[in-house]
Order: sequence, then structure tokens, then C-alpha cells
Amino acid sequence: MRLAREYLRRPLGVIAAAFLVLVALAVIAAPLIAPYDQLRMDLGHSLALPSAKHWLGTDRLGRDVLSRLLWGGRVSLGGLAEALSVAFAIGVVAGLIAGYVGRGVDNAISRTTEVLMATPGIVVLLMVYGISNNNAHLGMITLGVLCSPSITRVTRAAARAVSQEVYISSAEVLGMGRLRIVFDHVLPNIWGPIIVSTAVLGAVILGIQGGLNYINLGVNPPAASWGGMVSDGQRVLAQQPWLIVPSGLLLTLVIMALMLTADGLRDATASNRSRPARAQAAAARKPSAQAGAGQADASAALSVRGLSVSFSGLEVVRNVSFDVRDGRTLGIVGESGCGKSVTASAALDQLGPGSRIDGEVVFGGVDLNHAPRRVRARTRGAGIAYVSQDPMVALDPCFTVESQLGELIGRHERLRGSRRRARALELLRQVGLPNPADTAARYPHQLSGGMAQRVSIACALAGRPRVLIADEPTTALDVTIQGEILDLLRTLQGETGLAIVLITHDLGVVADLCDRVAVMYAGEIVEIADVESIFDRPAHPYTRGLIDSNPIASKRGSPLPSIPGAVPSPANWPIGCHFGERCRFRTPQCSAGPVPLAPVADASPHQARCIRVGELDLASAGQERRS
Amino acid sequence: MNFLGTLASRTLGSLALLIVVPTITFFIQGLSPSNVVKGLLGLDATPAQIADLNHRLGLDQPLMLRYARWLANAATGDLGTSYTNHQSVQQILAPRLSVSLSLILGALAVFTIAGVVVGVMSATQGRVVGRVLDVVSTIGVAAPNFWLAVILIALFGVALPIFPATGYVFFSDSPRLWLLSLVLPVVALAFAGITAVAKQTRDQMMLAIHSPWARTLRANGASEVSIVYKHALRNAAAPVITIAGTIFVGALSGSVVIENIFVLPGLGSQSLASALQADLPVVQGIAVYFTIIVVVVNVVIDIAAAILNPKVR
Repeated sequence: MRLAREYLRRPLGVIAAAFLVLVALAVIAAPLIAPYDQLRMDLGHSLALPSAKHWLGTDRLGRDVLSRLLWGGRVSLGGLAEALSVAFAIGVVAGLIAGYVGRGVDNAISRTTEVLMATPGIVVLLMVYGISNNNAHLGMITLGVLCSPSITRVTRAAARAVSQEVYISSAEVLGMGRLRIVFDHVLPNIWGPIIVSTAVLGAVILGIQGGLNYINLGVNPPAASWGGMVSDGQRVLAQQPWLIVPSGLLLTLVIMALMLTADGLRDATASNRSRPARAQAAAARKPSAQAGAGQADASAALSVRGLSVSFSGLEVVRNVSFDVRDGRTLGIVGESGCGKSVTASAALDQLGPGSRIDGEVVFGGVDLNHAPRRVRARTRGAGIAYVSQDPMVALDPCFTVESQLGELIGRHERLRGSRRRARALELLRQVGLPNPADTAARYPHQLSGGMAQRVSIACALAGRPRVLIADEPTTALDVTIQGEILDLLRTLQGETGLAIVLITHDLGVVADLCDRVAVMYAGEIVEIADVESIFDRPAHPYTRGLIDSNPIASKRGSPLPSIPGAVPSPANWPIGCHFGERCRFRTPQCSAGPVPLAPVADASPHQARCIRVGELDLASAGQERRS
Repeated sequence: MNFLGTLASRTLGSLALLIVVPTITFFIQGLSPSNVVKGLLGLDATPAQIADLNHRLGLDQPLMLRYARWLANAATGDLGTSYTNHQSVQQILAPRLSVSLSLILGALAVFTIAGVVVGVMSATQGRVVGRVLDVVSTIGVAAPNFWLAVILIALFGVALPIFPATGYVFFSDSPRLWLLSLVLPVVALAFAGITAVAKQTRDQMMLAIHSPWARTLRANGASEVSIVYKHALRNAAAPVITIAGTIFVGALSGSVVIENIFVLPGLGSQSLASALQADLPVVQGIAVYFTIIVVVVNVVIDIAAAILNPKVR
């Protein structure tokens, strides 16, 4: 079994499980291996410390501690087994019914579960012990009932998730009986989380039961129990503190082993479900030369030179260079997985630990990538600001618009009180919100998507930045709102001379807003040019493909062309042209070695990463296929 | 849903508990009347004595009738009379309430505050501290509260007598000794809760610190201090308070054991004595008291969580 194999990889889990098995075996074998009778008193040798005769010493009546530990384990582990099987049976059955059968029943079971979880269980237990002359079995059964909700909930959630899978509905359509479906298809897929929660519950029950035994519930002295032995030890605490150690420690270790086993099982089921694909081919790649990176452009607002990003040694963005001038917009386009957003995050200094950034990000004459932390912090918001993709999650849900905007204003401009508020309202007005005071008082969930994106833009403008990096700022919005937000960006640019880096996969947006365009593919810029050149004279087959697959450009009635294949993942980048495998103009040369980004004509600002740049005429390549 | 509507439906749910729990315990009480009477009279009681006592305690009447009568009386605040010493249940329990409240509310405060502090530390202090806290919390959860209590007594009550090993001093007698007598029991009761609250705090804060909005705030110039201690902490507050309510129910059950270990004259120690003597009206009364405590704490927590969640405000 995969699960068992996965589990065996975890040494801590294996040790814990082995310890549990060992303790259980010893306790079961107590009549055979216990050196003494658990009740045999020897008052002459009471309160003895561990010795060869009594490995764990003797208690206040001279009884052998090890023997009592073994016999007491039968009470403790036997009770655990009783309570846990009751909780397991109730929990699995109720959880399956609630999760799989139907809404009405589900409601009833969920309500009952909630009540049970809020019930101070001890009063029910006390009543049961009270009417049954302290009956251990009834107590443990009651404890099992009281503890069942944790398993019910896990089973219900898992069964519910599985029952929405396609194979369950197909089984239903095929007319399989419900019970059969449950046993053949639902249960086998959910027992992982159920077993994990059972192990956790076992640990909880053992602790509770120990406490009950300590106060003599569910156990009748002089018979031993682990909890009761702690209580026995406490009576002679001043004379012999050792006696509280063996049983308490053993109980703690067993509980800990149960929890570690649960942890191991949880990890094992998790990796059983989705084992991460190992990166295989890193060795096949040669480090790329930083050729053509050149000097930073001093007149640009933001100048990126030779930027490469890798995560734990795996390169995901390679040798990217671009400039954006004040008042201009650079578009970065490409499919998902091309490295657009990583490039933006690197420029924003927002990549977490574990990433490595090479190259330069030059802002205001300073290379931020090699600048001290203080300089980088000062640039955030005040030099380079950021607008994210989904406005609905771009604002802290717990604070009002004014509070969040005000915090940024306070940070950048040191304004307080009414002046801060005035500036916040001014910003909200600037981003075209008709009623700034009303918007300022709202929480993010009270805003529409369009309003939220305007507020996000206001937040980005709070530091009066020179550069704005907008990562798919319209993707999550309705089509009508998209146009409004693009208009707003254009207006703001006219007013403030903002340099904008716009990351998008939408060529329509590019055509609408950008002056210059960088096309990215598999971590590299494959073409960079003015917007007219890109659309009129694309020089890279990938750019051509992107233009052709844009719905606006395609002819009515004909099927929308698409580029066959998918972007290779960073681990599978070829040595030669990254686009090679999907390119219909590919020649054997294309995969021979790294392809440089080169001007399409001498000293042209139009550059492409294609060795066939001179031979191909892609301006009107359209959809016809090369034979 | 609006603030008051949400709150009203949650409160109604909690109030339902007030009926459900005492009803359950009452019917368990009715399951085996003969055991009870034998328990009260001892094993050598004659059948005539048993029948007589059955009659005097009203146990020969139908269970539903007894339940209806108990419910009607309970509604007026009369919880019945003890089987063993003929005091009213109210008289027995009322003076003990303040002891139990001192213990469990103290534990609630300790595990919430300490849990949040530890959780914030492990969310912010890098990998080594996080690892150490993980190990300590594994041990903390694994060591059962009664054993922890006994160890605390051994260490700080016997070996280094800083605190009284057992016993209780009423606040009105001496606030200082009251506080000292509560330290060990409160710590023992709260310990497991600290780790649970800490884990929730850390998870919620990590979620917030790596959320898209935190990234946006950071990229636009907000300080890391503000993101962690203002935004992330604020976002963690509602889920942390909710889990504190769940832990509290468990701690209430644990208080019975802890009160017995530290010999605190509260509801918990009375409930054990009464259960072992089959003095069921007192146990039933304690069920009512405990349920009221749970309901009150639940309602307070619901109000706090609702105030902290802008979506229901």
C-alpha cells in the first residue's frame, strides 16, 4: 500500500507507532510478564526506589510499581479501546449519512454535533458514574459518545468532498445502490483523514480517562490504573516524589506517540494524494550568458537589466531587460507560467526567502537589487507602487478604506488627523470614486469589484510613486469595468506622468494602453518593440500566435486559432529556443543552442529571440500552415 | 446577514443548550433508580427500606412527571433537595460558584493571553524559535492536566514552597492569598489550552502575513511591523476567540479533576463527591450551573467575534 510505504519514510512516526505496539503488547501480556501480583503488599519494602528486584520501585504499600503499571494499562488501554470504538462507530456512520445522504438529515446531524461539542461533557459522565455505581464500561461508552463529534465532522467533510466527484455521480447514474457506493467508492477514499482524527481523539480520550481514574471514577481501588497511580503517588509526594513519575510519564509518552502517529499519518496521506513532481533536468542546462544586457538607461524611470530569478536553484526567469520611461506604459504579455508575475515581484522586491535574484533593477540611479534594505523600503510605494490582480483580496478585510489608505498616507507623507483624511478623500476622488466620504467609511466586502480596484489604485498612489506596476489589473473584473479601469490608468498617467508596467495576457489591453511591449515566453523575453511594430510586424512566431489567438483579431465564424501545446515548466526548458517545440517554423538549428535576443535590423529598438528573424515574414502569416 | 440577526440566532442556539443538557442528564438519572437507592442505603438494605426510600424520594413516580416537576421548579430557581443531607441544592452550590469561576475564568484568561503571545512569537521569530515552541507544545498537549498539576505541586508546592500546594483562600479573606492559591491550579488547567490557542494564532497570522492584501500593503510601503502587529493580529482575532470558546468547554470539564487535586471547595469537587454518593439532585444541579456558565461564555464570545468580524457588523 502506498500509504504504508509513505508512512515508513517518517522515522519519528515509525518510532512512535513501534512504541505504541510495544506498550500494547506488554499490557496484553501483563499476566505473563508482570514480575509480581499487582495487589501483593510488602509493607517492609514500601516506597523503595528502583532496584534490581523492583525495576520501578514500590509504592506506599510496598506493591511493585512495574507490575501495577502493566496491570493498570489494561484499565487504561481497554477503556481507550471501548471509548474509541464507540466514537469511531458513531462518528463514521453519522458522518457518512450527513455527508453523503441528504440535506435534511445533514442539518439534524450537524446541529446535534454542535450541541454535543458545546456540552460540558463532565456533567453527563458524572451522572452516568452516579447512577451506575462507578461502572467503568458505561463511563467509557459515554465518553465515546461525547467525543464522537470530532470524527463525525471529519467524516462528513471528507464524504461531502468525495460525493461531489464525477465518479460518484456516474455510479449513481449507473444505478448502483447507495450502500454499495458508500462501501465501494466513498469509504476507500476518505479513510485517511478518518484514521488521522481517530488517532488524535485517542490521545484526547487517554488524557481525559487518566483524569477520571485519578479521581477514582471508572476504577475501583486497590485495582491499578495509570491515572490512579499518579493519585497514589501524590499522597506520599513529600516522602517519595518518584512515585508520580512512572505512570504519569508513561501516559504522557503514549499520548505523545499517538499524536506523532497521527502527524505521520496526516503527512503520509497528504503526500499520497499529491506527490510533487521532482525537477529532473536542471543539469542539462548551461548557465546563460548575460549577453546583451547592456547598461541601464539613465533616462528611464525604471530600468531592468539582466534580471534572472531562481527558486531553490531552479531558474524561472532568465536575463530579462526592459526600460520604462516617465509617462509611458510598458506591457509585459505572455501565457500563464511565462514568468511575468515573477518578474514583477522581483522588481517590487516581493519575492520571499528561498528565491535568488540576479541582475539589476535600477530606479532613480540606484540598483535596488543590490541596495541596502533601508533604500529598498523607502522605494516601496513612494518610488515604485503596485496594483494587484484581484481587487477583492487586495485590501485587508478587517479595516475600512480610510484606515488602510490613511496608514499609507501617514507613512509616506507624515500627515495626521484631518489633513490625512483630506488627502485620503482627495486620492479617492482622483481615482474617480463619485462619493469619496462614503467609500472611505466602507469595509472592503462592501465594495464592488470596480470600486475595490479604484481603491487599490488610490492606495498605490498614496506615496506619489514614479512607477506603477500593475499585475493583470483588469483580469478579475467585468468587461465593462475593465475599460473604465484602463481609462483611469490612462488619465492618471496624463495627470501625474506615471510610468506604468502593465502585466497582462490580453493583447486588447496592450493595444489600448501600452507604448512598448515585451512578450515573454518560458522565462525569457522573446520579443520587445513598440506597440505598432508588435502588431504590424511581429518578428517572433510566438507573438504571431498570440495575436492570431486573440478573439478580437480573428474572423467571425471561423474557429479561434490557438497555439498547440503548453508552456514548458522551468525544469523542462530546452537548451535551444524555448518555443521550439510549439513552433511551426522550427528547424534543427533552433534547438542547437541558446537563442539570443537580437535587433531585427541594425540598431533597431525592435528585438526578437529567433534565429530565423530575417527569413520569416510574419506580418501577414495569419493562419495558413506551412506544408 | 446583519449584526443583530446573526447574534440573535447564535444566542438562541446557545440558550437551547440550557434546555438540552439538563434534560439529557435528568433522563440518564432516571435510567436506573434501583442502583441509586441501593447506593444510598448500602448493600444490606432490606426490600422494605428500599421501597420506603423510593417512595420518599418520589422515585416511584413516572419519569416524565418527575421531569415536568423538576423543570417547573428549576424555572423558578428551585433545583431540588440533596438526597444525603436534605439541604437545598441551591444552598449547597451557590457558595461554591465563586471558587469555580475564579478557577475557570482565570484559566480562560491565561490560555487566551499566553496562547496569543506564544502564537505571535512563533509566527514572527523565525524557524528555530518556531521549532522549539513546536516541541514544547507537543509535550504540553501530551502531558495530561492532572499529571501536570501533581508535578506543579511537587515542584512549587513541596520542593520550592512558593505557592500553597493545595487549598483555597476566599478573595474576601485575603486577595493576596486568594491569588497565590489560584496560581498552580489555573496554570495546570490552562496549559493545554495555551498550545491550542498558540497554534491557531500562528496559523491565522501566517495566513494573513502571506495573503494578497498583505503583499499589496507591503509593496505600497506599509511597514512589516504594521502588517504583523496591526493587520495580521487583527485578522487572527476572531478565529482565535472562537477557538478559545471551544477550549473553554473542555477546560470546564477539566476543572472537576483540578479542583479535586488542589482541594478547592468549588462545584467540581462537590460534583465528584455527590456522584460517588449517588446524590443525583446535586449532580443535576451542577449540570445546570455548568451549562449556564458555558452559555454565558459562549454568548460573550459570539458577541466579541461578531464585533471583530466586519462582515457581520
